[in-house]
Amino acid sequence: MLTCKQASELISQGLDRELQWSERVGLRLHLMMCRPCSRYARQLNFIQSALRQHPERLDEAEALLSPPIPKERQKRLETRISKELRQ
Amino acid sequence: MIFFSSLRAPSDSTPTLEPKQWVARHGDILFRYTLGRVRNPDLAENLVQETFLSALKSLDGFSGNSSERTWLFGILKHKLMDHYRKSGREIPTDDPDSAVDPANALFTQRGHWAVGPVNWSDPEGALESEAFWQILSKCLSNLPKRLQACFQMWEVDGLDTQEVCKELSMTETNLWVSLHRARLKLRGCLESNWFQDTEEK
Repeated sequence: MLTCKQASELISQGLDRELQWSERVGLRLHLMMCRPCSRYARQLNFIQSALRQHPERLDEAEALLSPPIPKERQKRLETRISKELRQ
Repeated sequence: MIFFSSLRAPSDSTPTLEPKQWVARHGDILFRYTLGRVRNPDLAENLVQETFLSALKSLDGFSGNSSERTWLFGILKHKLMDHYRKSGREIPTDDPDSAVDPANALFTQRGHWAVGPVNWSDPEGALESEAFWQILSKCLSNLPKRLQACFQMWEVDGLDTQEVCKELSMTETNLWVSLHRARLKLRGCLESNWFQDTEEK
C-alpha cells in the first residue's frame, strides 16, 4: 500500500511521463481511499491545464512583477519602429 | 491551411495588426517581461526592439487566431530562446534551497499528509481574475531558482525532457523529482494565498 507521500510523487510524475502499469494500479487504489490525495491530484491537474490553456495570462502577470519601461527607452523604441515603418 | 485562411471572411472580431500602435500598446508589457527574464535593461530593450523589427518583417505570418499581443509574445519568446542559446541562462548550478525536499515538512514520518490539501472552491473562476494570475506568478517566482527554472521550461515554455535536462545538467529522474518538489511548493503557495478558508463543510 502506498503512503500519501509516495502517492504524491506518482501523481506529479503521472503529469510528466507515462506511469508503469503497477504504478498506475497502486495509485488508483490509493486515490480511491484517500481524499487529501484525490484533492492533490485534482489541484495539480488544474494548475497544469491553467498554464497550458492561458499562457498569455501568466506572461502578463509575470511582466507586472518588473518595473515599468522608462520613458526614454519607450521613446527610443517608438523612434526606431516608426523609422522602420517609413521605409 | 493557406486555402482555409484565405477563405475566411474578415470580421470585426478577427484581430488585426496595427504596427504604429505596437510600442504604445505592448512596449511596456514586453519590456517588463523581458527584464524579468534577463535582468538587464539594455539587453531587454534590445530584445524588445528586435521583436518588433522581426514582427514587422513577418506581418504575413499573423494568422489572426491569437491577439496581436500574444503573437508578439510568441516572437519575443523565440528571441529569448536565441539569447539563452548564445549566452546561457542565469541559473545557479548550486542552489541549496532547491535541494531541500519540501515533502519533509508536508508529510509525517509515516508518510501521511501533515496538513492535507483543503478543497479549492471555484478554481475555474479564479482563472478569470487578474489577481489570481499575479499570485500564481508570484508563487512561481518565489520557488528556489533551479526548481523555478525547471518548472518554467517544462510546464510553461514547453521544452522537452532532453532540452530541460541539458539546460540544467540534470538526469531525467532528477527532473521528475524537481517538478514534484516545485508542484508541492506551488500548490501550497496558491492554497495559502488564494484558496484558503474555502474548505468544504
